[in-house]
Amino acid sequence: MDPNETPQCRRNLEALQAKAAEKRREKEAAPVPVIHIGSATCGIAAGALDTRQAFQEALAERGIEARIHTVGCVGHCYAEPVVIIDHPDSGFPPIFYHEVTPGKARMLVKLFLEQGDPRFEHIYGATIENDMIPWVQEFPRFSMEHRLVMDRCGRIDPEDIFEYLDDGGYAALAAALETEPSDIVAEIGAAGLRGRGGAGFPTAKKWSFAAATDGEKFVICNADEGDPGAYMDRTILESNPHQVLEGLAICAYAVGASRAMVYVRAEYPLAVRIVTRAIEQARSEGILGESVLGSGFRLDMEVFQGSGAFVCGEETALIRSMEGFRGMPVHRPPYPVEAGLFGRPTVINNVKTLASVPPILENGAEAYRSVGTADSPGTAIFSVVGDVVHPGLVEIPMGTTLRTLIYDVCGGIAKKKSFRAVQIGGPSGGCLPESFLDTPIDFDSLIEAGAMMGSGGMVVMSEDSCVVNVCRYFLEFTQKESCGRCTFCRIGTRHMLEILNRLTCGEAVEEDLERLENLAHDIREGSLCGLGKTAPNPVLTSLRYFREEYEAHVREGRCPGMMCRPLIAYYIELDKCARGCDACVGCCPTDAVFTTSTRKKGIDLELCVKCGECMVACPPEYDAVRKISPAHLAPVVERSPKRDKEAKDKA
Amino acid sequence: MTVTLTVDGKALQAEAGSNLLEVCLENGITVPNLCHLPGLEPPPAACRLCFVELEGIDAPVTSCTVPVSDGMVVHTDTDRVRRLQRSALRFLLSVHDVDCKNCHANHHCALQDLARFLKVGLKPRGLSIILKEPEVDDDHPFIRHYPNRCVLCERCLRTCHDRHGHSPLALSGRGFDTVIRCFADTPEDAQPCQSCAACVDVCPVGALVLKTG
Ligand SMILES: Cc1cc2nc3c(=O)[nH]c(=O)nc-3n(C[C@H](O)[C@H](O)[C@H](O)COP(=O)(O)O)c2cc1C
Ligand code: SF4
Ligand code: SF4
Ligand code: FES
Repeated sequence: MDPNETPQCRRNLEALQAKAAEKRREKEAAPVPVIHIGSATCGIAAGALDTRQAFQEALAERGIEARIHTVGCVGHCYAEPVVIIDHPDSGFPPIFYHEVTPGKARMLVKLFLEQGDPRFEHIYGATIENDMIPWVQEFPRFSMEHRLVMDRCGRIDPEDIFEYLDDGGYAALAAALETEPSDIVAEIGAAGLRGRGGAGFPTAKKWSFAAATDGEKFVICNADEGDPGAYMDRTILESNPHQVLEGLAICAYAVGASRAMVYVRAEYPLAVRIVTRAIEQARSEGILGESVLGSGFRLDMEVFQGSGAFVCGEETALIRSMEGFRGMPVHRPPYPVEAGLFGRPTVINNVKTLASVPPILENGAEAYRSVGTADSPGTAIFSVVGDVVHPGLVEIPMGTTLRTLIYDVCGGIAKKKSFRAVQIGGPSGGCLPESFLDTPIDFDSLIEAGAMMGSGGMVVMSEDSCVVNVCRYFLEFTQKESCGRCTFCRIGTRHMLEILNRLTCGEAVEEDLERLENLAHDIREGSLCGLGKTAPNPVLTSLRYFREEYEAHVREGRCPGMMCRPLIAYYIELDKCARGCDACVGCCPTDAVFTTSTRKKGIDLELCVKCGECMVACPPEYDAVRKISPAHLAPVVERSPKRDKEAKDKA
Repeated sequence: MTVTLTVDGKALQAEAGSNLLEVCLENGITVPNLCHLPGLEPPPAACRLCFVELEGIDAPVTSCTVPVSDGMVVHTDTDRVRRLQRSALRFLLSVHDVDCKNCHANHHCALQDLARFLKVGLKPRGLSIILKEPEVDDDHPFIRHYPNRCVLCERCLRTCHDRHGHSPLALSGRGFDTVIRCFADTPEDAQPCQSCAACVDVCPVGALVLKTG
């Protein structure tokens, strides 16, 4: 080949980029305002489709020209539905609006798009620096993030491959195809990329094992994502599928596989649709198929819909389920890279791992290593849920401390409560106390603390949560999701759950704590696969760090977080209760609230189901409803037969 | 190629790559096991009884999944191994309807042998007994299944698959509720079972019974 000649792949890519630029110019030809609406599953759940319709209707009614641009998720769940309005003629920068209900949408069309008033009281921030409106990058929730993998999420239309191309997409693949496969593996190795599926296994090591084998091989993107509360992978697939496909294609080229699959759970219908469409588009533009970008490298890609069992995310179970069997893990070794799908060498990587590959190749290993820590380079993506002010998806440099993530990025504990615990890594992870808040978030530090990265689910608990109860919840989950194959996980976790159930009902005995610990130890050591081996983690860590909470349940029948219903009681503080107010009466589903002889309110503890509705209903200026644990401490307020009769007569 | 390994201080000769559990058993070293079937690969490694310790590896491993290699040093009788084995057996017994005198497997039941060997009582202390419903699965015309006797070793279905390439037996349910089910859509489907009944023979306990009459 003539060294001065532009190589084939690059030329083909340039042609596609030119086509993409042309399409953009066409779209932008009419200088109309653009309304970007976040429409991934999270946005849709918050009502993004209604918002979109409201925009469309209002625009039509008022005869205003504007372009609606469907984008993925920006990760700010607390603010959904999120809309960005770019209205250059107004003189304002592009503006980020949060919680845009259909009503707000109609209002914005009328007042902002028609009359040029952006309604300052509804503005969250501007997306670029300016001197009129605070720039979102000035807020910690934005400035402390480092978007490497999620950079394009919420910016581009996930269903339009040309937007990805126009944003520099597929350049890494084009360049990779002109590089020796071994050099790609070396570059990924130099970057120190570690698998984001939980265990942090070095990706280059996995790839080089597979690359060293001959014959047919497969590469699979693991998008099973079954952890309760984790939705990073779904969001990435729904917001920027092509970056994942690009990473998967590079992986296939690097290891010499000609077939690639994306394993998505069928419970993610939008992700399935978007990925399927993305693959079709890539194929029709020559990015997949007979000759990828004209390189002669052949790659077929398809979506496999998993049945949605949590255990099918475990790589050997995933393979079994793709082979048409019951999704049950098998003993490793052999590892999938030795004998995987249909007995052939198979590389399985997580969505986030693969999505990290194009930016690494584009910017180089050095740049990747400049973010994160020496042993865990790059970024960590967490879905932070629970009692924080700004829950959502965050991408932060590895090595950021838990404190920074919880207090700065996510705005701290909601409702001015205090921190109790953070559960990291979902049902396989651990529960850490306040003294661990300065732990840096990276693979090894979390393991050392007894937690793990897992796939990136994080639940933050305030003083109003019960650690025992939350662990019970996670164990109930793993216990149900066990494949049922091996003795320890199938039966052992059930015994653990029995004890946890007793604890949260106040029926446990002192020996139960030791039993629980022994069970946890044996299950961890004896189980066949990662599910069983890690299922005891929440309990083991919380027994270590929150033992006094377990003991309170056993010894005093007291739930410190006042969450375990059998251990709590509600009562009304008579000094605070306002005579004549009956805000709480109607809301009680069991008519447990009665009027006392002094025309205040009391709760009949026999009837009370402890739903807490009265506490919510009591006006804040009185704030008279109290929760107490152990339950027997609740003061008994006698019913007044006279008042009861009056109430009955009235009814 | 023949290799030498040491098990509990005894030097043994074996074919490289052969199954460690089988090598132990062939040499008269008792290693508890329920789910292993010689020759049927890969092992499900489901019962979690065949643990041994290998020098150089920090946690006990299931011997049915270990190919032997030269110089391997194996300990079958360590505290850690026994603890796991007892724990596994106690778990199995905690979901077992212990009613030996009314069970046809009485006196040739693997659970009884294991309990004797590991010195574990048939009623596991400290664990609640959790039984499944229904007690009997009578759907198959010729085979009756007792879920509360089954140890889910998968021997029956693997044997059946091996012989016939397909099987009316399958695992069903998830987690604790996993059971062996005998699926036979039509009586004709079940016909071959009448003359085979291999599953009944390989069941280490009394969970499968051939219906008579
Ligand atoms: C019970 C269980 C569930 C898992 N679920 C997932 C999952 O949903 N997604 C995932 O990528 N990895 C999951 N894993 C990890 C995979 O087995 C595998 O290690 C991973 O996909 C490898 O990708 P990586 O090297 O990119 O991390 C799970 C593991 C276990 C034990
Ligand atoms: S540990 Fe649990 S999920 Fe894993 S093989 Fe055993 S029973 Fe199945
Ligand atoms: S029926 Fe018998 S052979 Fe089949 S799994 Fe149960 S115990 Fe094992
Ligand atoms: S015989 Fe090895 S796990 Fe059952």
